[in-house]
Amino acid sequence: MEWETVIGLEVHVQLATNSKIFSGASTAYGAAPNTQACAIDLALPGTLPSPNEQAFRYAIMFGLAIDAEIGKRSVFERKNYFYPDLPKGYQTTQLESPIVGRGHVEILLADGSSKSIRIHHAHLEEDAGKSLHEDFHGMSGIDLNRAGTPLIEIVSEPDMRNSAEAVAFARKLHSIVTSLGICDGEMSQGSMRFDVNVSVRPKGSEEFGTRTETKNLNSFKFMEEAIALEVERQIELIEDGGKVIQETRLYNGDTRTARSMRSKEEANDYRYFPCPDLLPVVFEDDYIDSIRQQLPELPDARQQRFMDSYKLSAYDADILSADADTARFFEATVAACQDAKLAANWVMGEVSAHLNNDEKSIRDCPVSAEHLAGLINRIKDNTISNKIAKQVFESMWQGECDADTIIEAKGLKQMSDSGELEKIVADVIAANPAMVEDWLAADESKRKKKMGGFMGPIMKATKGQANPGLANQILSKKLNALL
Amino acid sequence: MHTLTIAEQIKGLRNKDYSSRELTRHYLDRIARLDANYNSFVTVTEAIALNQAEAADARLAAGNAPALCGIPLAHKDIFCTAGVRTSCGSKMLDNFIAPYDATVVANYRRDGAVMLGKVNMDEFAMGSSNETSYYGPVKNPWDTRCVPGGSSGGSAAAVAAHLAPGATATDTGGSIRQPASLCGLTGLKPTYGRVSRWGMIAFASSLDQAGTLTRTAEDSAIMLNVMASYDAKDSTCVDAAIPDYTATLDRRLDGLKIGVPKEYFGEGLHPEVAAHVQAAIAEYQKLGASVREISLPHTHLAVPAYYVIAPAECSANLSRFDGVRYGYRCEDPKDLDDLYRRSRGEAFGDEVKRRILVGAYALSAGYYDAYYRKAQQVRRLIKQDFVEAFTEVDVIMGPTATAPAFEFGAKGNDPVAMYLEDIYTIATNLAGLPGLSIPCGLVDNKPVGLQLIGNYFAEAELLNAAHQFQLATDHHQLAAPGIE
Amino acid sequence: MDRSEIAKLAQLARIEISSSTVDEVAKSIGDVLALVDQLQAADTEGVAPMAHPLDAVQTLRADVVSESDQRELFQSIAPAAEQGLYLVPKVIE
Repeated sequence: MEWETVIGLEVHVQLATNSKIFSGASTAYGAAPNTQACAIDLALPGTLPSPNEQAFRYAIMFGLAIDAEIGKRSVFERKNYFYPDLPKGYQTTQLESPIVGRGHVEILLADGSSKSIRIHHAHLEEDAGKSLHEDFHGMSGIDLNRAGTPLIEIVSEPDMRNSAEAVAFARKLHSIVTSLGICDGEMSQGSMRFDVNVSVRPKGSEEFGTRTETKNLNSFKFMEEAIALEVERQIELIEDGGKVIQETRLYNGDTRTARSMRSKEEANDYRYFPCPDLLPVVFEDDYIDSIRQQLPELPDARQQRFMDSYKLSAYDADILSADADTARFFEATVAACQDAKLAANWVMGEVSAHLNNDEKSIRDCPVSAEHLAGLINRIKDNTISNKIAKQVFESMWQGECDADTIIEAKGLKQMSDSGELEKIVADVIAANPAMVEDWLAADESKRKKKMGGFMGPIMKATKGQANPGLANQILSKKLNALL
Repeated sequence: MHTLTIAEQIKGLRNKDYSSRELTRHYLDRIARLDANYNSFVTVTEAIALNQAEAADARLAAGNAPALCGIPLAHKDIFCTAGVRTSCGSKMLDNFIAPYDATVVANYRRDGAVMLGKVNMDEFAMGSSNETSYYGPVKNPWDTRCVPGGSSGGSAAAVAAHLAPGATATDTGGSIRQPASLCGLTGLKPTYGRVSRWGMIAFASSLDQAGTLTRTAEDSAIMLNVMASYDAKDSTCVDAAIPDYTATLDRRLDGLKIGVPKEYFGEGLHPEVAAHVQAAIAEYQKLGASVREISLPHTHLAVPAYYVIAPAECSANLSRFDGVRYGYRCEDPKDLDDLYRRSRGEAFGDEVKRRILVGAYALSAGYYDAYYRKAQQVRRLIKQDFVEAFTEVDVIMGPTATAPAFEFGAKGNDPVAMYLEDIYTIATNLAGLPGLSIPCGLVDNKPVGLQLIGNYFAEAELLNAAHQFQLATDHHQLAAPGIE
Repeated sequence: MDRSEIAKLAQLARIEISSSTVDEVAKSIGDVLALVDQLQAADTEGVAPMAHPLDAVQTLRADVVSESDQRELFQSIAPAAEQGLYLVPKVIE
């Protein structure tokens, strides 16, 4: 039987506020345990929540970006359960009246077509702390620094049909929230986490199969792997006559295995009710409009602009515009070198490859846009060849200042002095009589190709610094003179 | 000195009849000598009190000291006090040293009032007799075989036994007014949102409100002047103008329109209580007020609605007491579940457990609409009864409690009978209105109270009405017969 | 209220109830539920639920870090803390 996969995502996005959603404690990542957990975050008796306006602004920005209705009167509820990383014994979240209603996100598919993924809603809530499982005499340690960090949970409709679509959707959300500046997008620090709901059904069927939820995936790669694994498991299970049970699963990216979280399954009854410590949050149209007017450029608009102003292909524009930091880097490079095509090639090529290799984000790129532009300018004015440029870039990556200094210091400047080059070309011709004979004997149509054979020795003789165009010109002149 | 009211002590300090240190020492000595009879204090903060008294004397000497500077007060042990155990009457918090002050406590500290100590209460403010405290029951100074009422029983007994001239208290369903009635005191529960709840350990967040227990309405006004403040740390605290509550006490009551709800005089009301309340209302007529019967038709639903809403909120509010970050932790938990279940099972008393379980039930899947949602709808109906009534009258009057103080154990095994103790007070909490109880006579030599319910933020009008009554009568001047 | 319902509630609320007191607890909770069942007779058709006594709306705080590290003070009252962490019996996910 042929099977169809149905995927829906719940995405937790940490908002880039300075302070927590209900307290004045810092949200900065990486502090010593519990040094950023204040009395409210620790749920000390008598403490009360004090909501942070910025968290709402950010949530509204997201809502506007996905063309959603904004909840003009949103209400916080308590979701009750016991867990050591949840100090109050309930999570303050939204259920009936979330801040962001129905919206949609467009994704680009591999075949170049686009697809609209519906967003069911997005709500504001507080993050939990962390349980550290290192052994403290058989105990776990609890760090509540993260407790109270503002989150929006974005809930999609089950509109995705394969893992590629799910990943495209996740990437697009990443692109939107980083472009808006409402999330730092640092996946490795847990700034975006994905819960994936997966089910399968016979192709053509209208009914949904029973779904499972794989929780807390914090990379696109893990997400893709976890979906593939789960789809395979469900299909095998059904084909073997079994039944998928609704459950929560946990994926382990190291072992590439998943297991059921049975502990979470026992009679979850969250007993939601409106939080009596918080009042309805009401926004007037004026407030929402002023946020709308200040919205930064969104990925879709930026992609179009890149295509229009820089004459980039849809593919290149998509890659360069998806991430706000990459887009900024690209545009700064173009501004300083005035060559969009070269800038695009370098950002998508060497820069991207080096970042991937070093697992760095573009914000931590050791080569600044200005320095990259400086390098591109030297390619443009024929000071160096593309090949030498890669060598210079490597040095820049290692932290060795700007292109000009490196070119100067290492004597990498292209040999463009025709007198000097003429001598070298003459020497090469003199030293390779067999090649010359061969060239002279060849058909007119093949001579151009055979001429290329001389470039190797020329480059070798100039340590790669010969201006290839000039060398070619001199070579052609000298060989033709022998005819 | 201990027979003086706060207003009189304020004058005495300024006349240099005695210093704050002398006044404070006097109360500390009385507490040490007499409180064994009442069990009203959980913690006496002698060293802090004497330090604060000396600082107050210095401020008084310098002139321009705030009114309450140097006046000794007792705080209900539900208010967090920095560096001082804050137990909430529970084994759960027997070892809890609060790291910060409640806003109410900070306000009194700022004005130089002296903290004598922390007073006893029903565990987590759940009770109407003070029998649920981990620190043992508080005894009614009028008759130590009887309860002082609850949950602010320690506050009430301390003031009634002249161990403090005034005390802070809280009221979720009658926890200030009912003890005021049973101990012959003036008890004020302000409008919900008038006083900050920051640092006040929550029982039911949408109902809890701090207030005062004093001997006179004038003293209540003096205390409320400091207690009331806008506090951004409490989202439900209302940013409305705070008048000087002492400035309008002297207004005459000519033309005051009193509404008397017929539902407050039905079955279950002790006939002699009814007689005293009617007599008090007649007294108001002599003072120039007019009286008319009104109806609050949903009164009978107040107790049922309350016993869904309050337990539901408390079931979540008390989840933080889990033995992880502070408070009681069971010995040798074998796993996480055991840690939770035994810490909470061993440290919460029966009444607290009962309410948590009822609350969990009312919110659980399949029951939410029938219980919680229904109760919230009824809550609106109850509020609407009052809103309509206040289009016709200025103040509503009736009994505070059904009867005078009962004996210990009288309702011990019957939670529902205990819950009905608050039948006349609970509706005001559901509606968020201010309520006040003043003494209006004795039944079986025990005091009973008249309840005044005002419109939203009409504390000044209520205090004025109570003060005028106290100028004309002497019920509030009667002291418990046995006390020194 | 039967014993199994009480057991379920006790687990939801994480409160140990000894088997010798379960019946007593069940009875008293049953009594309370009988009291609150009076609500069922109320006509609440079309009445909006009321969560707060006042019709107020939430005020919001500016996004400013106002709290400093007080870990030492807060952990001085903790039942078990080590290396800045609160300790609990092993958490199994």
